Formats: sequence, structure tokens, C-alpha cells
Amino acid sequence: MKASEFPDAFKDARQKEGVGKMNDQDDPVTMVLRHKEVRKCAHQWQAFQSGGEEVGRIVIPSEVKIRDTRQIPFEIDPPEHKSFRDILNPWFKRPLDEDYSAKLATIIEEIVEESLESNNVEIVEEFALKLQSRALTLLLNIPYSEADLWISWGTHVFRSDDSDLDVNKANILYKYIDKQIDLAIENPSESLYSVLLNSEVDGKKMTKEEVKGVLILTFAGGRDTVINAVTNSIAYFAGNPKALAVLKEKPEMINNAVEELVRYFSPLTQMGRVATKDTHVCEHAIKADTRISLNWASANRDENVFENPNEVVLDRKVNPHVSFGFGTHNCLGATHARQILRILLAKLSQKVTSIAILDSKENIENLGEFNRKVGFNSLNVQFKK
Amino acid sequence: MAKITFITADNESITVEGTSGSVMELAVNNNIKGIDGDCGGVCSCATCHVHVESEFVAKTGQAEELENDMLEFDDLTNEYSRLSCQLQVSEDLDGVVFKVAK
Ligand code: FES
Repeated sequence: MKASEFPDAFKDARQKEGVGKMNDQDDPVTMVLRHKEVRKCAHQWQAFQSGGEEVGRIVIPSEVKIRDTRQIPFEIDPPEHKSFRDILNPWFKRPLDEDYSAKLATIIEEIVEESLESNNVEIVEEFALKLQSRALTLLLNIPYSEADLWISWGTHVFRSDDSDLDVNKANILYKYIDKQIDLAIENPSESLYSVLLNSEVDGKKMTKEEVKGVLILTFAGGRDTVINAVTNSIAYFAGNPKALAVLKEKPEMINNAVEELVRYFSPLTQMGRVATKDTHVCEHAIKADTRISLNWASANRDENVFENPNEVVLDRKVNPHVSFGFGTHNCLGATHARQILRILLAKLSQKVTSIAILDSKENIENLGEFNRKVGFNSLNVQFKK
Repeated sequence: MAKITFITADNESITVEGTSGSVMELAVNNNIKGIDGDCGGVCSCATCHVHVESEFVAKTGQAEELENDMLEFDDLTNEYSRLSCQLQVSEDLDGVVFKVAK
């Protein structure tokens, strides 16, 4: 397979059945595969809930065994969900501020410039992880230097080489966040920690546990996803050098190009929900208290919605992809992620003419009968001016 | 050139002028409250949802299928709903009034 290609892993099942099955730690998942049904189930938050009793269950692989803190607002449903979202939305829209995007541009430009000087850059660790970590200091509004520690954690904060979920590794992050919250209580600043500690939701001060829940979401939700999106974009441009020239000439295409790449890559394959009653999806019975997943990756290749779904059409105009989810629980970090990718495409197209792949190891997710390429474990390239 | 009026959720009425681009872009450039245009106009986010005042429906026309599918699962949708990123600013829209859905 070419490094720049990301096949549709779900086509047959989507067309024939509309659903697919996978097991996950003895808590099976019925994957919803068609675009329309994915959006419909995402919309029906009462029937398919996020905020059930068991914390971590809607994540696949399930985090029930490694996490007790409820991620907020991700694992809360309306009406409480809205109260949290109302507080968080303005903060997570800051990436649109001029000052923020200028700083983000500096971060990205520096990494691109540095990479141009090297004749072998490993994109996952040396480019995407760095970029993601440094950009996160802006989102949290904390000193830039903090990124060094996160970079030192490596890409696998939750996984180790021999297991999908590693309690010890996850605990590094959870303990770190606990400590940062305590530091913010002692020394209030303008950081997200302090802002949340001073926030009231429905007339009540946010608790430490709630603040921790928002921070875990911010760290975890934006890590592999952004790393995949950035790394895969580099792989795409390596395979399609003309695209860099096109974007250089027509920077006004960048917005649509970002949306299209995000559709094509679907950096997060799926997200789970728990059925609250016996129901059905595409004529398949779903029992109460079992899990479904909203398979964004499959929906994004649905031939009933997208013409030439397996092609990257950089200027695709109508593009109702669901890479940032859909409905009530849509991605809180989407503005930040979009700004990162828009700036990345601008800088790459201005400064790079071609990218040569030296070596690549694909990251294949094993999802029951399906195997999906979601990104890379490593991608070595050389950038050319 | 077209003069287009937005009525926000808190009932503020703002009239702006535009010559090109989408109605969403016009609204975002003029900081119309409730229109965010998160996806930049590709019909993927519905943060540009407006209700066309009934007398102007003939001017705006009807939504296409993919736009309608997007609106189908939005709680604020009614028969006058449009995604403003799918409406191009032109002389034809002169005088139209949109209510911001959110
Ligand atoms: S701006 Fe996203 S759907 Fe209109």
C-alpha cells in the first residue's frame, strides 16, 4: 500500500449490513457504518448515551479498567452537558484570535524550518508530537516550555508496545494533571486550570475532579488525533507533490483542503455510545445496556453521500464529513485542530516543494473483522525546499 | 451589491452589504452573533444555520439534498431553515432578512 493511501476498511459491511461487530474486552460493540445512521444515532443522545454510570465505557478500547475520572463534557449528557459546554466553548474558540493563531504559526513554522535542514525526519515523534505538544501549551495558556515534558512521554501515553491500554502509563498523565491542579490552586494564573477552578456551573464552583475531567479530555482527545492528522497530511503530500504547488498558488483552497483531508483520514475511527433501551439500527437489534459505535471513518466514505469517496478532492465543496463527530457531543477541540491544519498546509505549501518518504510503518487498528489504517507508527521523510 | 439583514437570537437587527462570497462569510466578517461557520462553508458543521423570513423564500430558493440531510438532525430546524454557507451573496438576495437560528 502506498503511504499516501488510506483505504476504506468498511465498504462491504457498510453496503451489505450497515453495521459491523467487534469485541472489546468482553463488552462487544455494534459499529454503525452508514453516514445517515451515524448522524441519526449521534443525534439521539437519549437512546444512545455518553454519560452512563460506567466511566470510560464509550471509548473504544474501553477505559473502564483504567480510569475513574469522568471526562467532561464528553461523558455527560444534556442538560448538564450544555452548562459545561457553555463555559468551555468560548475558551476553546480562542484559536480564532489573531494573537493565538500568530503564535501557532510561529510554532509550526519553526518545526517546518527545522525539518527542512534535516535529511531524515521521523514525522510522528519529531514533527507531529512536537507540534501537537507545543500547540497544546497555547490551548491551555501555559508556558511553552511545559511541552518538553509531554514530548518526553512519547506518543503512547495510554498504550505500551504489548497492550492497547496500560494503567501505569495512563497514571502518569492523571497524576501529572492532579499536580498541576494543586499548583494552580496555590498559584492562580491565566491558565485553563485556573480559569476552570474559578468557574461556576449551574451556580456551583467546579470541583477539582471536574476540572481534572476537562483536562484529561483535553490531553487525551487531542493527542493521537492531531498526531494522526498531521502525520497523514505529510504522507499525503509526499504522494501528491502537485497538491503543494496547487495550494501555494491558491491559498484560498486551504480551508476546503483541510476539511477534505480530515474526511479522508478520519483521525478518530469511531466513538462509542451505550443504548439506554432495546432498539435497532439498520434493522439490527440493539439491546439495552450494550454498546454501539458511531464509525466516523466508515461514514466518511459512504458512497451515498460522497462522490468518489476514496479520492482526495482538495476543493470538494459540499463535504458533510463527520470527522469531528456530530450533534451534541461534537469535538470541543475542533477549532484548535482546524487552525493547526490550516496553518500547517499554508506553511508547507509556502516552504516545501516535495517530500520523499524514506521509510514508513503503518498503524493498523484491528477492529474485529476489520483492519483499518489510521496513521503511522513511524514515518521517515526528507523535505525539499 | 446586496443589502442583507440578520436578526440575532437577542432580537438585534443588523443590516450589512456584500457583493461576493457566501452569506455565512458575510455574517462572520460582520461578527453576527450565532453564526460561527466552523467548517468554513463545506456543509459539515451547521454553525451557520439561519431561518429565512417567509416572504423571502422565493429569493433564496430551496436547500439541496445534502444540505437538507444536515439540517434534518438539527433541533432548531424548521421549514425556513438554510445553511447560510450554501447561499451565495448576489443582487438576487438584496433586501433578504435572515433570523439566526442559534
Ligand atoms: S459553515 Fe459549516 S455548515 Fe455552513
